Amino acid sequence: MSVDTATVAKIASLARIKVTEADLNAMVPELNGILAWVEQLGEVDVTGIEPMTAVIPNHQRLRDDVVNADPLTGGDIRDAVLANAPAPEHGFFGVPKVIE
Amino acid sequence: MTNITDLGIAALRDGVAKGEFTATEVATAFNAAVEAAQPALNAFIVTTPEKALEAAARVDADRAAGKPLGTMAGVPIGMKDLFATKGTQTTAASKILEGFTPQYESTVSSKLWDAGAGMLGKLNLDQFAMGSSNETSAFGNVISPWRRPNDTAPLAPGGSSGGSSAAVAARIAPAATGTDTGGSIRQPAALTGISGIKPTYGRCSRWGVVAFASSLDQAGAMAHDVTDCAIMLEAMAGFDPKDSTSLNLPVPEWTAGLSADMRGKKVGIPREYRLDGMDPDVARSWDDGIAWLKDAGAEIVEISLPHTKYALPTYYIIAPAEASSNLARYDGVRYGLRDLPDGAGLQDMYAATRAAGFGPEVKRRIMIGTYVLSAGFYDAYYTQAQKVRTLIARDFTNAFMDVDVILVPTAPSSAFALGEKSADPLEMYLNDVFSVPASLAGLPAMSVPAGLDRNGLPLGLQVIGKAFDEQGVLNASLALEERAQFSARPEKWW
Repeated sequence: MSVDTATVAKIASLARIKVTEADLNAMVPELNGILAWVEQLGEVDVTGIEPMTAVIPNHQRLRDDVVNADPLTGGDIRDAVLANAPAPEHGFFGVPKVIE
Repeated sequence: MTNITDLGIAALRDGVAKGEFTATEVATAFNAAVEAAQPALNAFIVTTPEKALEAAARVDADRAAGKPLGTMAGVPIGMKDLFATKGTQTTAASKILEGFTPQYESTVSSKLWDAGAGMLGKLNLDQFAMGSSNETSAFGNVISPWRRPNDTAPLAPGGSSGGSSAAVAARIAPAATGTDTGGSIRQPAALTGISGIKPTYGRCSRWGVVAFASSLDQAGAMAHDVTDCAIMLEAMAGFDPKDSTSLNLPVPEWTAGLSADMRGKKVGIPREYRLDGMDPDVARSWDDGIAWLKDAGAEIVEISLPHTKYALPTYYIIAPAEASSNLARYDGVRYGLRDLPDGAGLQDMYAATRAAGFGPEVKRRIMIGTYVLSAGFYDAYYTQAQKVRTLIARDFTNAFMDVDVILVPTAPSSAFALGEKSADPLEMYLNDVFSVPASLAGLPAMSVPAGLDRNGLPLGLQVIGKAFDEQGVLNASLALEERAQFSARPEKWW
């Protein structure tokens, strides 16, 4: 499978990356080169093989279902959460207007 | 008198404990070495001499008070700028995180500080750890301290932990943290003549480490030698409830368990790694390694890992897929860069921010990852790759029924010049051909210096072990180290 300019523009839009016409033209052959190379995986017989889900056997843990089980990832740390925000407003993350 | 900056972890720690020098003297010496080398090597994104001195003062005070000292007490280290460090900028070498100041400390770094280590600074790397030459950093290339004879062309320190490898090789840091997704500890260690270990997936917590490909990312140690790596990895590893894939296992006493006696051990040599057109020096160094392990008492066994050739293409589907998901968080809302063109809405802001903040290689991988996960292509690319990954891991499981460790080269060549491979992404990707398979299988693997090639540049040998058997990896690596007698150092030009 190979991609054309329209497909690359669609991928960029899905990935939320703004691209110029020049970017697109440069990306098409690059992505096609990489995709053509990874397509050799199609020749591997994977009949009856399960896709890997965990590389080292492990089990999913659940933390205790209590508020602030871990003080570092719990609540009441608004200022720390907002400390790196580019445009915090009134204790919230500020974003451009989304509702007219 | 010994030059302090020539010493590694064990020698510095023991010297401080015995009172041969103070931790403050150690930190001062390394701070000066860092400052002197920074303009030429660019190994650090930010330097933190005050942090190194603060940690040293605590160690000196503890020693004076007769308190017990940690296993890394008095050792100042470099911290790859992928680990969140509270109050110190953490960027992953990307413009999108420039100025980001974590409000918390990564588990791995905090364990190292608890063990008495200090921080010299945040080390440069390939942007989001995506690269094999440190050329994708938004904060400039790292220059290897190594050069070809009678040639001043700047060489790559490897990647993505290129700042780490350059700093340790140049002796401006006695040790450094690295992270390894497809070879990012082992390949730079090999290219700069130092040692580096990636433990079993899950040994070191990923909490507070900027994520690239979560099913592959593992932190590890980079240092002068095997013993120093064992000491440092012991300090870094351990169960962390904050990482859902952290292994809930005690950390073995790897340092105490070190033994170069390979009698009764079987070493596998996979025939699929002997590639057509292999660099003759790399092939020779591999043969040297086989002879050394035989000399250490091991039995050499030829093995087969039949799906080896599919490891790289598998990796270049899975890693970008996971990256495209992980890097979705950089949107200009919560932290990092925001690019808000006049009159732009939320969606435009996301797209403009990500276009301005991510470098070309990061964009390329996000695009590949987005494509292979998109509707209609998911099964053909991503599911197929995860199935092949199962087969690659199974190859290792089968091989380890017959052998204890596997010996292969670390990288297909010695260090290359900056710019030599950066024009063609595929050519750069091929640098990870020997390191990616163990990553896909989550196995512990280590690179140790094996000798110099025809250009006088270091070559590494890689030991791959069974899951959870870091001890076996460290021991075989020690057997290689004792016989390689690698003492070459880059001539100081910086």
